Amino acid sequence: MSETAIASPSEAQKSKARPRRPSAFALLLNNRLAAFGLVVLVLVVASALLAPLLPLADPNATDPANRLAPPLSDGHLLGTDALGRDMLSRLLWGTRVSLAVGLSASVIAAFAGSLIGLIAGYAGGRTDQLLMRFIDLMMAFPYILLALAIVAVLGPGLINALYAIAIVNVPFFARNIRGITVGLARREFVDAARLSGKGPVRIVASEILPNVLPTIVITLSTTVGWMILETAGLSFLGLGAQPPQADLGSMLGEGRKVLFTSPFVSLVPGLMIFLVVLSINLLGDGIRDVLDPRLKAGALAKPSARTAVEKNRRWPETKKDETSDAVLDVKGLETQFRIGRSIHRAVGGVDLSIRPGECLGLIGESGSGKSVTAMSLTGLVPSPPGRITGGKVLFETDDLLAVSDKELRALRGGAVSYVFQDPLATLHPLFPVGDQIAEAIRAHQPLDRSEARAKVLDLMRQVRIPNPEARMEAYPHELSGGLRQRISIAMALANDPKLIIADEPTTALDVTVQAQVLKLLDGLRRERGTAVLFITHDFGVVSEIADRVAVMYAGRIVETGPTAEVMANPAHPYTRMLIDCVPVMGEPERRLDAIPGRPPPVDDLPDGCAFADRCPRAAADCRSGDIAMRDIRGRIEARCLHPLSPGDALRGAA
Amino acid sequence: MSDMLEIRDLTRRFGGGRTIFGTTKPQLTAVRGVSLDLKRGETLGIVGESGCGKSTLARMLVGLDRPSEGAIRLDGKDLTEGGAKALAARVQYVFQDPVSSLNPRHTIRQILEAPMKHLLRLNGSERKKRLADLCEAVNLNPDFLVRYPHEFSGGQAQRIGIARALAAEPDVVVLDEPVSALDVSVQAQVLNLLDRLKRERDLTYVFISHDLAVIESVATRVAVMYFGRVVETAPSRKLFAAPLHPYTDLLLNSAPVPGKQRLRAGGDTGELPDPYNPPSGCAFAERCPRVEEDCRRIDPPLEAKARGDDHRAACLHPLPAD
Amino acid sequence: MTTIILKRLLAAIPVLFGLSIIVFLMIALIPGDPATAILGSFATPENVAALNADLGLDKSLPQQYLAWISGVLQGDFGRSYALNRPVIDEVLERFQATLILAGASLLLASIFGLLAGIVSAVRQFGFADKAITLFVLIGISVPSFWLGLILIFFFAVKIRLFPASGMEAVYGGGGFLDILHHLVLPAVTLAVVATGVIARLTRTAMLEVLRQDFIRTARAKGLSERRVIYVHAFKAALVSVIPVIGIQAGFVLGGAVYIETVFQWPGIGAMLVNAISQRDILLVQGGVLVVAASYVLFNLAADVLQVVIDPRLK
Repeated sequence: MSETAIASPSEAQKSKARPRRPSAFALLLNNRLAAFGLVVLVLVVASALLAPLLPLADPNATDPANRLAPPLSDGHLLGTDALGRDMLSRLLWGTRVSLAVGLSASVIAAFAGSLIGLIAGYAGGRTDQLLMRFIDLMMAFPYILLALAIVAVLGPGLINALYAIAIVNVPFFARNIRGITVGLARREFVDAARLSGKGPVRIVASEILPNVLPTIVITLSTTVGWMILETAGLSFLGLGAQPPQADLGSMLGEGRKVLFTSPFVSLVPGLMIFLVVLSINLLGDGIRDVLDPRLKAGALAKPSARTAVEKNRRWPETKKDETSDAVLDVKGLETQFRIGRSIHRAVGGVDLSIRPGECLGLIGESGSGKSVTAMSLTGLVPSPPGRITGGKVLFETDDLLAVSDKELRALRGGAVSYVFQDPLATLHPLFPVGDQIAEAIRAHQPLDRSEARAKVLDLMRQVRIPNPEARMEAYPHELSGGLRQRISIAMALANDPKLIIADEPTTALDVTVQAQVLKLLDGLRRERGTAVLFITHDFGVVSEIADRVAVMYAGRIVETGPTAEVMANPAHPYTRMLIDCVPVMGEPERRLDAIPGRPPPVDDLPDGCAFADRCPRAAADCRSGDIAMRDIRGRIEARCLHPLSPGDALRGAA
Repeated sequence: MSDMLEIRDLTRRFGGGRTIFGTTKPQLTAVRGVSLDLKRGETLGIVGESGCGKSTLARMLVGLDRPSEGAIRLDGKDLTEGGAKALAARVQYVFQDPVSSLNPRHTIRQILEAPMKHLLRLNGSERKKRLADLCEAVNLNPDFLVRYPHEFSGGQAQRIGIARALAAEPDVVVLDEPVSALDVSVQAQVLNLLDRLKRERDLTYVFISHDLAVIESVATRVAVMYFGRVVETAPSRKLFAAPLHPYTDLLLNSAPVPGKQRLRAGGDTGELPDPYNPPSGCAFAERCPRVEEDCRRIDPPLEAKARGDDHRAACLHPLPAD
Repeated sequence: MTTIILKRLLAAIPVLFGLSIIVFLMIALIPGDPATAILGSFATPENVAALNADLGLDKSLPQQYLAWISGVLQGDFGRSYALNRPVIDEVLERFQATLILAGASLLLASIFGLLAGIVSAVRQFGFADKAITLFVLIGISVPSFWLGLILIFFFAVKIRLFPASGMEAVYGGGGFLDILHHLVLPAVTLAVVATGVIARLTRTAMLEVLRQDFIRTARAKGLSERRVIYVHAFKAALVSVIPVIGIQAGFVLGGAVYIETVFQWPGIGAMLVNAISQRDILLVQGGVLVVAASYVLFNLAADVLQVVIDPRLK
């Protein structure tokens, strides 16, 4: 048997030794604004809760003789209102009422809304339609207007205001939670739970609810402040708290009557509302950042137009004559991702060269760094977190890592163009495809609209798009995957590039379409003498199109040579094993020899050969020092101290 | 060997019906009259490109979706007869995306115990014994049972997915692209594991894939699907050696083979017919190099040609044996 | 294009129908005897009897609805007993003032919100981003009714730059400039929250779009950064910002209730507050129905605009 246990003991230990993720609460406190919000909120809530115990004046005791006393006057720290009541006492008691009402409304809205959302989202069909039509109807009313209508029916009063605010907020929860639930209900783990014999109630409670809970908390934490504000608003209008009961809103409403003479009476309760809502919003944003994994990864950072390049990067010196005819010559390229405290060496010193008209296949598994290499060449790796820390990218005579932004823009899409993997995601969804090709042309050539249009049609014919006049008006989503990828190729050809970098251009396509696109690409590059860097994970595809192949593992090229030679007699054990573990059509009886273990994590690469732990030929010398590429049999270069000779077997490897 | 699973004239339509204004909604037929038999102990490979209906077919086999027409019979009894739980105890499913088929908020133990609790009603000590057995079967370190899915790589997660499917002790396992989300070096580990489990546990597989090489290496019998129909079915060796249907031939010639360069000419754009407005004749006619006038009128039935009763094709002008 | 508009209009009909039912039910849901509740201090037995006949309260609910809706469709919303004039006259007069205020606010909020959001995203983590983020935070946390009071105290009482209340000067007012002069403070106050929300969502939308693959494609084509951000990214971001502006229209229309009260702007919001205090339910009914219907139409326009920008939604 050539399977391997899920993890060797060393791997298990390694994952234990890694630093644990900080707890959610610690993350929250790390966010300075959220921590500030938390402190303020705790202070406000504590003083409101403690109001009955504090040595405060009776909030409702009037004292007409002492009306509108200024702040800091004797016995009245915050002064008195129009009836001579103590402002500080009223403020704390009013805060108590406002908080209680706002929170109650939020909890009611969250509970009812989430329940509706869960039911509608999971049940789907008629139930969903009925419930959501009703929710839509509620949302068809301008927000506070519905609350007014409810108060109009029930009559003014604090409890009625509470109901009104709760009801008008139900739709927000219902919509949000339904959206998440619909997405979750289609997820495969819900199907898996069904196949495990769980009934609908159990699935909602144990499979969906735990995954929806963060969204409920986020929605709640970002709406509580708003609901406190709105209940205060109703009281301000005289529709909420009725005298003598007072909340912050009704205090403000009373203060408004003496605004011109004693602005302080309005200022104080308003400021308190502001402070409460602000602190809740700060805290809510913090909670959202902690609970929303997309934000947690820092993924929302804006990528720069060009990858950051380290100032004092180095590159290996080589003899000049060796590669003078190359169109692209990459020396010691290093690209890193800095995520948190760890450094991922995605590309750890890559050398490549491509001659004019040549197709080089760059092959590797996911995480090997092949795509990052391709993106690094013209600075398309997003920074942050990407960073080019070493190497040189010589395109003809220019170092692409050193040219000015303007020169780089002229090269991108000009002499060096790209074809990416998934054409649905890589074409702009909102522009017709013809316009997108025309844009690529006009970015580099001074053509007017009609000239550009003629060129677009010509390009579309070259990539064999049937009926180009009609198709150029189409949007990407209206075309099939194969046609979309042809559009991408037309765009890449727009300015007669010397080099096309194709990053898994056929991976997202069906095999029959893939064959057509490969053939097209192969024909075009031969006709035009364009060099191609073709990135793929598929040895079959590489065999079809590449003149030479370079195999990548853990951020470095481990073997390179003519495709036929590498495929037939690889020197590096990794290449051999990678070829052997793939089923091949026409050889159904062949044993599949799996490669044991997994590639090393690129933020924790071992010394010596990165493949040593998985290699049946590994010896002591493989585990130390830097292992250089060396010539083997005069045709292949491999980064291996114990390379294979033709006919060497690796059987019994795993 | 007896037929264990009989699929008869299975059709699945989506959409359709009328809006409240009385206009008809667009209707899409994902699976159009598929009939297949599955024998105990075999691996039926179903191969086809995106949109051919293979996943919809798979979901109907395990009861995650209901056919609009037709029947699926397990040992002569209609699938839906005994209820969802009885079916799940016999037929299980392995998902394409191993990570998303595991609830991120459940531990591996919770995930693996669910079928034992709800389908087999095992008690605590029985479950414990069963878990140990499963862990050994898929080479899962028992210490990992307390971990959460995000701590595992794709290959590891797929083993857990397989263990989950086996937890209910099914007879038939439907594998929907079980290795396409995995890296090639991990693919082989999973394929080998599936092969061993099948032999050890006397399982019957329905193995769905778009990868012809994978299908050829695992399947004893193959069904090729195109645009919602089975266009050809035959024992694996026969089909790969000499296909009858031009579409199968195109598929076989399109798949790149390591170490071979053999790009062939052809004006095919790979466009499928509009699923909302299917053609009346053969769905492949537009792309077919052997198309003749009658192909556009007659939708050919799946029937035996001159290669024995077990090799059938839905084609009016099948390829000759060379 | 025309078919899209027609389709959306058709889809709006059930919504308007639903709205009318909810508004109609307001009367039925009033606890106790509606006629007495509505008439309050005007409740003489003759008045109660007249109103009961007017509302048809002795008939079944569907019959009442039919009678009511056929009246509404002919512009008959009943009579305000507090104001002693037809509801429709009062509502339409007031609605004009509200439209001026809400329209100006939404325009301000959209322009400044979009601008601030883009700048904030493009200069992420820079000074401008931090300043805008702070403004947004304050904007969405500050009670607008309180902000209005503070602005009145400062700009109207202290430095007397703008009038404190009303829509036009008492003597010789009513010209365009005069209304504009009165409009500045309430419109700005009302726009603050919406500006904050729009800016915040524009920033997020821009940042999300800038991470998309098609932006990388635009850069790989050699387009200028200006074109990448203001054409490619902005257009894609607009798709998610437009519905937000639609929702903000609702918040602005609703928020007008506070602002009109604070600034004594003679709009429908201030009217509603008074009407509720006086239990003038028929006036509330008419006001709510007109504002909600106009909001539905506005959202319909936002919907159509979104489809124009994003052909995938067709």
